[in-house]
Parts: sequence; C-alpha cells; structure tokens
Amino acid sequence: MKVIDATNLHYKQMNVMVYEAIQAGEKHIQLKNVLGQRFIGDGLRGEDVLIEIFGTPGNDLAAFMNGPQIKVYGNAQDGVGNTMNAGKIFIHGDAGDVLFYGMRGGEVYIKGDVGYRVGIHMKEYMDFIPKAVIGGCAGDFFGEYMAGGILILLGLTAEKGQPLAGDYLSTGMHGGRIYIRGKIDPSTLGKEAKPFELDEEDIKLIKPLLENFCKEFQYDIHDIMKAPFTKLIPVSKRPYGKHYVPGWHTLTNRKQLVPSSYEDNGYPTIRSVRDR
Amino acid sequence: MLYQPIVTNFYDFRVVRDQDRCIQCQACVTQCSFEANFWDPDRKIIDSIHSKCVGCHRCEAFCPTDAISIQLNPSAFRPHGYWSKREIRNIYLNAETGAIGLTGMGNDMQTQPTYFDRMLFDACQVTNPSIDPLREPMELRTYMGNRGREVPVSKDASKVELSTQLSPLMKLDIPIIFGPMSFGSINLNVQKALAATAQAYGTYWSTGEGGLHRSLYKYGPNTIVQVASGRFGVHEEYLKAGGAIEIKIGQGAKPGIGGHLPGEKVLEEISKTRMIPVGSDAISPAPHHDIYSIEDLRQLIYALKEATRYEKPVSVKVAAVHNIAAIASGIARAGADVIVVDGFRGGTGATPTIVREHTGIPIELAIAVVDERLRQEGIRENVGLVAAGGIRSAADALKAIALGADAVYVATAALIAVGCTMCQQCHTGRCAWGITTNDPYLAKRQNPEIATERVSNMLRAWQIEMKEVLGSMGLNAIESLRGNRERLRAVGMTKEEMEVLGLKMAGIGM
Repeated sequence: MKVIDATNLHYKQMNVMVYEAIQAGEKHIQLKNVLGQRFIGDGLRGEDVLIEIFGTPGNDLAAFMNGPQIKVYGNAQDGVGNTMNAGKIFIHGDAGDVLFYGMRGGEVYIKGDVGYRVGIHMKEYMDFIPKAVIGGCAGDFFGEYMAGGILILLGLTAEKGQPLAGDYLSTGMHGGRIYIRGKIDPSTLGKEAKPFELDEEDIKLIKPLLENFCKEFQYDIHDIMKAPFTKLIPVSKRPYGKHYVPGWHTLTNRKQLVPSSYEDNGYPTIRSVRDR
Repeated sequence: MLYQPIVTNFYDFRVVRDQDRCIQCQACVTQCSFEANFWDPDRKIIDSIHSKCVGCHRCEAFCPTDAISIQLNPSAFRPHGYWSKREIRNIYLNAETGAIGLTGMGNDMQTQPTYFDRMLFDACQVTNPSIDPLREPMELRTYMGNRGREVPVSKDASKVELSTQLSPLMKLDIPIIFGPMSFGSINLNVQKALAATAQAYGTYWSTGEGGLHRSLYKYGPNTIVQVASGRFGVHEEYLKAGGAIEIKIGQGAKPGIGGHLPGEKVLEEISKTRMIPVGSDAISPAPHHDIYSIEDLRQLIYALKEATRYEKPVSVKVAAVHNIAAIASGIARAGADVIVVDGFRGGTGATPTIVREHTGIPIELAIAVVDERLRQEGIRENVGLVAAGGIRSAADALKAIALGADAVYVATAALIAVGCTMCQQCHTGRCAWGITTNDPYLAKRQNPEIATERVSNMLRAWQIEMKEVLGSMGLNAIESLRGNRERLRAVGMTKEEMEVLGLKMAGIGM
C-alpha cells in the first residue's frame, strides 16, 4: 500500500504520483488530507487498483476512468464519473452537480445527497451499462437527456413530505431507467418520461446494486426494499422526431399523382405512385 | 377523393429526358436514391416524378447516352423583390407539416457577403523579386499549439538545456486539416479516405462527434478525436488513440444548436462506434452541461490533458459569433492549445434551415478580430488558430492564413472531391453519391481507394497552388504569410469592413 500526503500538493503533482505508483505496480493507494485536488483517477486504467481518498476530492473525480475502484471518505464535488468507462466509486458523503455526465460503464454509490443535473446523458451499449445508486435526494434535472444506464435514487435523507428529486426530472430522457424509492409528483416530471410500477425484472436488476450499497454504507437491504419504488422510462427512443421535416421532396411521399397509363379512349389516367 | 398538397408541384428541378436518346437501361432508376425516376411498365418508358428530384445529378452522370439533363424548374412565382420563392416555399413547408425544415451543407444565401471574394493577393514586381516554387524550396510546414513567446535555456554555460517544458504541438506538413465529420454523418469509406490522405500528407483529419471506428485506430497519430456534449464514442482508449483532442463547443452551420443523429440512421456499426443502442436517437445537447464559464471550460481541457498525461494538444472549436474575440481570448486563457473558429458558411450533416441561414458571422471577419485581439493581449503565440467553415479553395485558405490563421479546416471541399454535387440533402441519409449515407447499398458507391486518390489529388493540387501564390508574393514559407495582412488588399468593401479585417483598399501601397 502506498500512502500519499496531499497536503499543499497541486493536483498535477499529486496525480503524477498516483499514476507513477500504478505504473510501478501498486494496487492500493491511500490519499490523505485531500483538499479539493481535481481530476483524481482521471483516465486511469487497472481493474484491480484501489484508491482511497481521505478528505474532499475536487471536481471531475474519476473522469474518463477505465477500471480502478475509488473510495471517498468524505464529500465529493462536481463532475464525478464524467464520461467514465469502467470502475467503481463509493462516496461516503454528499456529491455536487453534473455527476456521471456521459458515463458509459461502471458503478457509483453515493451515501448522501447530490446536486443538479445528475446522470445527464448517461448512455449504454449492450453489456456496457453504467449504474449509480444515490442514498439521499437529488436536485433539479435528475436524469436529464438520459440515453441509457440505471439511476437509483433512495431519498433516505428526505424529510417527511420532501420530494426526493427536484423539478424537470428526466427531461429529454430517451433511454435507460430511473428507479426512485417513493412516489413522484407528476408536476416535477419532464414530458419525455413516464412512471411505472416495478416488475420482477426490475427487482432482479436493482437488488444486487442495492445490496452493494447496503454493504458499503451499512444499511439493511430489507428496510430499503420495503418502500415502494417507481420506475421512470422514456416515452420514446426518438423524443424529437416530429419536430423536423427533411425537406420539400419528402412531401411528395404523400399521395403523389403521375400520369401512368392510357385508357382505351387515348386520354391518360392518373393513379397514385403507392398503388404501383 | 384524392388529396394533393398544394405545394407538390412547386418543385425545384425537372428531370428532362430526351426519349429519343433514352435506351431504357434504367441506370437512372437504380441510381436515384430519392425515387424520382421510375420505369412505367404500362407505357414502357422511363419517367420521372420531378418533385422528388433534389438536383444531385447522379442520374445525369450515369446516363450512358446523355439523355438526361437536370434543369431548374422554369415555372416561377410572380417575381417579387421581397417575397422570394425561398420564403414562400418555407411557409408552405411549415403549413403542410407543422415542423421546422431541416437541411444539410453550409449556408447557401447569396444575399450574405463573401469577403474572400473581395480580397486580392499582393504580388512582387520589379523591386521585390518573386520566388519560383518549382526551383526553390517552399515551406508549407507549420506547428500549431502553445509555441511560447520565448524558449528559455539554463544559464549554466557548461551545459545548455531547456529550462522549460515544451507543450505538445500539432505538426502540419500542409496547413489544411480535414474538418470534423462524424461516422454517421458520413460513412466509413469516406472517413477512410480522409484518414489515409491525412496520413500520407502529414496532416490531420477529425472524427467529429461519432467516435473512432476500430478500423481507423491505425491512423491515430493523424486523427483529431472530438469530445462534444453528447460524448459519443468517447472513452479513455479513444482519447489516447488520437494525435490531438478537440472539444466541440459549437459549429458554424448551427451556432448554439446541438447535434442530432436521428434513430433511423443509428445502424449496427454506428451504434458500436458511438456506443448507443441501434435505432436510438443520438442527441448532442446544445451546451455542454458541465461548461457554463471559461473556468468550466478550463476544467474540461485539463480533465482531457490529465487523462492523456499532457501528451496531446487540446483544441476548442467554437462557432464564429459576434463576441468571438473575447471568447477566443477566454479559450486561450483557459489553457487550450488550439482555437478553431467555424464561420457561418460551414457545412453540416443536418441543421434547422433557419439557423443555418441566419446565425453566425463570416469566418473572414472572425479570424481577423480573433488574431488581432490575441496579439493585442500578447497571447497569440500561446495558441494555434484554425479558420474553418467555407474554405473553398487554396486561395481561401491562404487568405484566411494572411488574416491570422495558422491553418484551415476543409470538409465540404473534400466531399466535393469525392463526388458531392452540393444538393444539400446530407440530412436525409439518402445521398446518391454514397457520401453522407450509411445505407450499405449507397455507401458502396464510394470506393475507399478511389476516394483516397481523389482527396489526395485535391490536396496535392492545393499544395502546388499555395506554393505558386506564396512564390508570387515573394514568400518562401507559410509562416511568413501568417497574419501578414499587408499581402492582402480589399476591393468593394466599406471603410468599416476594411477596418475590421485590418486591410487596406486595393491601390494603396505600403
């Protein structure tokens, strides 16, 4: 195990130390006294690498990360998991805005609350499915433009009557699924997604993720599963299809008339191209 | 009762067929991807639905007996100086569909000025000798990025070494880069041609926002990998594969508008490269939702630099808009190595017509003001500057460089080199020339080897043209032309236009 004291270290220096340690074969790195250093884990490879962070990491934690596991003992800031490809993140605290932007794979577990625009434009492809579990509540635009992946919001920190997510929930969503532990006020919901009750497939999907969450943050899975969940899925994979018309020539794909044959009397008749 | 929309007959083109010459081979029927030509079994002739013709000339080119000519529809509305056919038809289109019109390619409005055509090169006569590029060396190589204002070396006389760390630079053997066109907007055959040509000519091509197909990773060092708001196909390996990374903020053809590859165009290979499911819309939001300020931009620039260990130059591409000088200054200070400014004539795979025709500013003005501002602030050498959007020829490229650019992006011209006839139907995915389509039947029309040869030929010819013009100006290196506005003169411009461009009126000497 390698311990790096981040006191008074610029992120550039610190990240080079982390990178060089991993290059040298180190599998377990502890960063102590982290105070806002950005880009920790940025672009790192190595599935068996564990980075433990004590303190508060700065923005873009694990951006473009491709494999390692990161545990944060404290809060995280904005941009966690930005375009992350693979790996696992556990945050024992809250996290900021624009988390998991364009995330393509891997798992993130956050114990506390998160800010605005969380899960924006997450996407998936075949087995590459990004997954995130948030223990607390979320701000506005949760799951905006979501194109794939799984977002779970538990709202364990919510006070009675407080909505778990803010306004414009899942606006522009055109893929993936969001699970929220509780009811959704339809007035906060974006028009591109619809709420449903969970079926068995859904339970099968979220249970292992919730188990991971409970194991890391010491919750009882039965307590968590007791409350009813709501599932949000997009109305359409093509939310804006009807906004556009490709141009003049396509109008004629409607009933178009052309002279096509001559009747016995010598005058042309017309019929639709579609009949042809 | 049969219903016919009122607009059906107000079309643009007529497929005029000389029935005497027509041998009824049906080449025009199979070649037309817009289904304008058809074989009529009853009359035993080939006929056309004129309203479906987009004017791409594919059938004309393939007619073995030269029986077809595509002509503008002579049928005209009553001439009106204000209500042009374009405006009238737009309203019909809106009224018929309730939707906004889409289009492809760049702004085609003749009413907006083209400053390139109002600039003339200076040339040497008598008192300052011109250079013959055929016999004397002529340098087109340029390095782009943070070149620094000075190169500090250690003071110790016994061993002289650099006392600073140099930034990574883009090395261009010819100051022409193939502009970003994604896999999706064009097909792999065309991308292959661009990549192979870029490698052969020591320059770059750009992926656009569609990821990098596995088969193109071998061209990595000559590839600019793009990161845009949709983050399609972006992952750690992709970033490390490229020779440079570009953050796309905006596009000249659609400033302030996001991208949108419709679900029906997301086929198997595209879905694999973009990493989204087949048939799902690929939506790039208008803004990057993590960038709301220059500081935020800096964060993404450094996230990319950190991810690639500071080994690759990072460029930022923005559309040319009114405040471009201040924006460019901000980008330079945010730590970008290259700024790409994309003018309003720039092409696109799809954009709302209204945005293409009415948004942005000319690249000539934008480059001039950006170069001027960066010089005033003493940060010009910290960044490379690329002029993009509507570079039609080597002459345009040289004029852009004289106005202050280091290099230019060329995209539409490269498509024309492989057969594009500017019919502006890129957004339909039905390109009859097999360029802006991924329909396997149509995409086969582009043979990557032949396309490579044609694009390479174009670059070779432009290279010779550039050297000729440089020689005539008495310059033997492209570096000497960069930002050298003395070598240009203006004709037919107002005083204010000349002021913004930093040009003198033709006829005024040094």
